[in-house]
Amino acid sequence: MNREKKIATRVSYGNALAALGEKKEDIVVLDADLAVATRTDIFRDKFPHRHIDCGIAECNMMGVAAGIAATGKVAFASSFAMFAAGRAFEQIRNSIGYPGLNVKIAATHAGISVGEDGATHQCNEDIALMRTIPGMTIISPADDVEAKAAVEAAYHHQGPVYLRFGRMPVPVINEVPDYKFELGKAVLLKEGTDVSIVATGLCVAEALEAAEELEKEGINAEVINIHTIKPLDEGAILTSAKKTGKVVTVEEHSVIGGLGSAVADVISAKNAAKVLKIGVQDIFGQSGSGAELIKEYGLDSESILKKIKGFLCDKE
Amino acid sequence: MKNIELKLKANNIRKETVKAIHNAKSGHPGGSLSAADIYTYLYFEEMKIDPANPADMGRDRFVLSKGHTAPGYYATLAERGYFPKEELQGLRKLGRKLQGHPVMNKIPGVDMSSGSLGQGVSAAVGMALSAKIYGDDYRVYTLLGDGEIQEGQVWEAAMLAAQNKLDNLVVIVDNNNLQIDGEISEVNSPYPIDEKFKAFRFHVITIDGHDFDEIRTAFKEAREIKDRPTAIIAKTIKGKGVSFMEDLAKWHGTPPNDEQLALALEELEAARKKLLRQQEESKGADNE
Repeated sequence: MNREKKIATRVSYGNALAALGEKKEDIVVLDADLAVATRTDIFRDKFPHRHIDCGIAECNMMGVAAGIAATGKVAFASSFAMFAAGRAFEQIRNSIGYPGLNVKIAATHAGISVGEDGATHQCNEDIALMRTIPGMTIISPADDVEAKAAVEAAYHHQGPVYLRFGRMPVPVINEVPDYKFELGKAVLLKEGTDVSIVATGLCVAEALEAAEELEKEGINAEVINIHTIKPLDEGAILTSAKKTGKVVTVEEHSVIGGLGSAVADVISAKNAAKVLKIGVQDIFGQSGSGAELIKEYGLDSESILKKIKGFLCDKE
Repeated sequence: MKNIELKLKANNIRKETVKAIHNAKSGHPGGSLSAADIYTYLYFEEMKIDPANPADMGRDRFVLSKGHTAPGYYATLAERGYFPKEELQGLRKLGRKLQGHPVMNKIPGVDMSSGSLGQGVSAAVGMALSAKIYGDDYRVYTLLGDGEIQEGQVWEAAMLAAQNKLDNLVVIVDNNNLQIDGEISEVNSPYPIDEKFKAFRFHVITIDGHDFDEIRTAFKEAREIKDRPTAIIAKTIKGKGVSFMEDLAKWHGTPPNDEQLALALEELEAARKKLLRQQEESKGADNE
């Protein structure tokens, strides 16, 4: 893993979208006065006539995206996760989800790592909200490579997709030969027998690091990267859970309704393993740097390591 | 189509509307009837459409932003030949096509799912924008309730429509003056509606929404307007055509019972006969 090279997945999104726009004439990009932050400005600068700034009106933007998709085009609608999934939830549900329109909701600035802007802008609820919409595909990429692949996959998928990107630069962990992104498929990053660590987004790198440390202490952890949270690769999760009997989920999202809940749903149905959910607890965030907040809310490799060790010692 | 023919179509649509709502034992007659003449004009005169090919990419689009008046919309689509009239008896029934609010991909002729107020107009703006971006020449129409424009999203959409000079978009407000809780001016007044749309840089036309001459003139005028969207404020009567339903908020979402249905159909049939007589007389006059 290259911990030196760091890229924010919102930048990956902007680059991938602009590259895709080159080949695909049917892409229309919408933004809500955040083009410079969501990085749809890269697309805008190349294809100004296919980029519509809707101004600070996210609910309308989602409806407009639905209308564009209804004419056979592929709409990418971007804002911060808080205002896309949060503010415009009902528009996404009724105008995009219900008719199954081909809109890609590309939300940046997801999670606690938004940083200094504080709790109003730190969306730890978006996965939970989007999971409840029938037919919604949810992708939460771990790094630059995966984020770019996710944009392409979202374009080719027929139907609504929620893409989750971050503001903070994160290590590039997928720069490997013949990297392949398969929508809905879990990625086994490290095989192990003692515990399964199932992570998503920027927590994948942290989980990998924690697993390396566990190895030094004689604990053999399996690490699974879930980039597609919905539909979830239930088979991969159950196989791993049955093997290790202990599953730890790690996500930069509330422990309510996110990856942890999705994994726990699958595991509880089969009584397959004990589950520990690591994520943002049922509290609001605060201002601070992204890295500080990741530590403060227990999502860094050290905190993950500590929690996993406690979980493995717990004999109840 | 001549006005008398449009009136006969609208009469059929009103009949089918009350029958369907009666059969469903639920639904929204008031706003369906107030919009019946506008529906008729759009589907029998104004829009470039082909019921045999409802998915044609070059067609004009209609978004019923006030989705709850679906019964009148469905009756119009059936009258225009998108699906058999018998389907209307499946309105709001389990396992049937005609949902309480419009659903695209499921109901032939429905261009956008709607029902959550304030959202359809945004989709219509998206369709009109798409036409502008790709140089397509279809036009987009959307019908809003006057209570619906209390939703802030309507004005977000209006702002963006003018910003992008969507002269291929016509927003129609069914101004029947009533919403569930009473008169719109008493609940939370959106008046002056015309001035609001003017302030949002629309070309605004106010008409009697039951007068086909005025409806015709307004839609023709909208076609001539360049670089601006048009808003047609149609002054209407809620429940129009069924005397005991007219101008009463309680008929917003109440189905007629058996007796009320019979009365409504009797009235509408009398109106139809009168129209037929007028049609005969005018034919006679033409022949002279």
